Amino acid sequence: MYKILKKRVLAPTIKLIEIDAPEIAAKILPGNFIIFRIDEKGERIPLTVADFDREKGTITLIFQEIGYSTMHLGRLEEGDGLLDLVGPLGEHLPVEGYKKVICIGGGSGTALLYPKVKAFHEAGAEVVTITGARTEELLILQDELKAVSNELYLTTDDGSFGHHGFVTDVLKQLLEEHKDFDLVVAIGPVPMMKACANMTKEYDVNCIVSLNAIMVDGTGMCGGCRVTVDNETKFTCVDGPAFDGHLVDFDDLMRRLSYFKDHETRVHDHDDHDCCSNGGECKCR
Amino acid sequence: MPINPKKTPMPEQDPVKRSKNFTEVALGYTEEDALKEAARCLDCKKPFCMEGCPVEVPISDFIRAIKEKDYDKSIKILKSKNNLPGICGRVCPQESQCEKYCVVGKKNEPVGIGRLERWVADWDMARKTQAEPIEATKAKVAVVGAGPAGLAAAGDLARMGYKVTVFEAFHEPGGVLVYGIPEFRLPKKIVKREVEYVKELGVEVKLNYIIGKIKSVDELFEEGYEAVFVGTGAGLPKFMNIPGENLSGVYSANEFLTRVNLMKAYQFPKYKTPVRVGKRVVVVGGGNVAMDAARTALRLGAESFIVYRRAEEQMPARLEEIHHAKEEGVQFRLLNNPIEIIGNDKGEVKAIKCVEMELGEPDESGRRRPVPKKDSEWVMEVDNVIIAIGNSPNPLLLKETPDIETTKWGTIVTEDECGKTTKEGVYAGGDIVTGAATVIEAMGAGKNAAKAIDQYLSNKK
Repeated sequence: MYKILKKRVLAPTIKLIEIDAPEIAAKILPGNFIIFRIDEKGERIPLTVADFDREKGTITLIFQEIGYSTMHLGRLEEGDGLLDLVGPLGEHLPVEGYKKVICIGGGSGTALLYPKVKAFHEAGAEVVTITGARTEELLILQDELKAVSNELYLTTDDGSFGHHGFVTDVLKQLLEEHKDFDLVVAIGPVPMMKACANMTKEYDVNCIVSLNAIMVDGTGMCGGCRVTVDNETKFTCVDGPAFDGHLVDFDDLMRRLSYFKDHETRVHDHDDHDCCSNGGECKCR
Repeated sequence: MPINPKKTPMPEQDPVKRSKNFTEVALGYTEEDALKEAARCLDCKKPFCMEGCPVEVPISDFIRAIKEKDYDKSIKILKSKNNLPGICGRVCPQESQCEKYCVVGKKNEPVGIGRLERWVADWDMARKTQAEPIEATKAKVAVVGAGPAGLAAAGDLARMGYKVTVFEAFHEPGGVLVYGIPEFRLPKKIVKREVEYVKELGVEVKLNYIIGKIKSVDELFEEGYEAVFVGTGAGLPKFMNIPGENLSGVYSANEFLTRVNLMKAYQFPKYKTPVRVGKRVVVVGGGNVAMDAARTALRLGAESFIVYRRAEEQMPARLEEIHHAKEEGVQFRLLNNPIEIIGNDKGEVKAIKCVEMELGEPDESGRRRPVPKKDSEWVMEVDNVIIAIGNSPNPLLLKETPDIETTKWGTIVTEDECGKTTKEGVYAGGDIVTGAATVIEAMGAGKNAAKAIDQYLSNKK
């Protein structure tokens, strides 16, 4: 059992949990992910780790409740535990040797971006961070990002806070005005990453994206997470999750991500919620 | 009394009924069946059958004990060499091992050694006894991977008095026994019970633990393990590299079977992992894994096809599996090879394009090489394609341990049959050394390595 030590609600559907996992915390690096399984009937769900504390022996997960399992995770409280937790998985993101980096986070992707911003900052790079969300209340980690960024730009689709528009608007402006960025890192919804990759290509700046393919084992065994990169098949779990955004086939990824949509509805309709079928007082229905 | 020329038949679930459920196909002998079959054994002075057993089970001894109705003795004899008899009795290819050498088999059907092994193991399981724990007085040994090779090595090392810890990447021990082989061929409660037995011998199993990620092999040595056995298996699916292979609805057999077996997607939505299967499924390949996938697809309600590039005689699958698949209604399209998978506008599989093949000259494997026939392309509408053409070794541990030498295929180089690698104190066995093979061969390799580790640690003192 992996115990949840701390829980914070960052936005109505975005939550942070800190988990007691000393052996994983000792080894994890920015860009690595873990796979969790809540209980015996649960799915194996991959999540990139948002932060870690080697001394305390904890890892931090920040997630948006988008599917059955992340909603279930969101209903857990401090003191509850996860049945399974495995990691660190995937290749970490090398942060050495960059001078000036733009880091872009969209929605809950901002949570996955945060450890990278921090790592670039600690490695001595100048970091300009852009984060965007649909609306103000979904903008997360502003203080944390501010502390490790040289500049921080905020955007909302509805104009409720910061720049009214998309992260790419700010990206375009930055790339127009400064020619000395050596890397852009973009993590968020696939259309956002695709837009960032396309734009950086125009300006001939390298772009790294972090992909969220569907996977089962996370060790290269199932091949469910395969993505097309530079016309070659790669496994997100062992070759990624970070890839050169200029070479990723985003349309292919988007199609593969939607394959189990109907099952998502069916699992929600199923009346055997562990949380409420036993007379629990959850709000899952 | 003349010997019955035929094996005592194995009671089986009706093919029509079983093609819709996941309960075990072969129901197992009754005591009466077992006694009848044991009576067919000639109790040869020189039992050739043993030569065909990779783990050297004293076959005639355990069968003799059945004849004497001393089943307790029989299981003890079996377990003296095989920690997983209930599993082996079910999934070993006996026809190409012990039963191949059976003297009775020269003129008649051989003695049903596998069926008898299974019966004794099931008899033992039903009485729910516990193994006597063995006091671990010797060195700490780490075993990486809780599949057949690792479990066999761990069990034997524990018996020798070593303090053994098995590190498993998945959330359940068993390796291919839990993620690959379906419930209807090997019920998971059997695997659970036999893993439990290995634990009762004093073996500790650490789950969710990937050596090469959370800890390196060198760190295991630093923590006081004096030898390491690597049994990480052949867990990397091969694809065909044909157009359309990344369409949604194309699964590797590993993904498909792991979803259904380990994650229990056949009980979706009670279990939360989905598997999406349409009306018609094509499985590409001719091995046991292909049969497992095709029969699983059938049970999930699909019309199920095997497409294999050679003829039936060349299929690597066990005859029994091919026979069961046919009985259940799997359709075979032999001497055909897929050349393209066609998708719809959502990027999902819509059809498969194949070409007919004919057999040409023998290739390096000795089998006649299939060559495409001219202008013989055909297209079939399908919803899913499952690729079951084999697996490569899993590179995760080796990537972090460059001083273990590997071949160009990614398998570990070992000095001899005992699994000694190029790294001091590290032994390896199973699919990570041989490439994809059978459960029992992996177990044999695990046992040999256990002996070698014992020798290594004894000499080291």
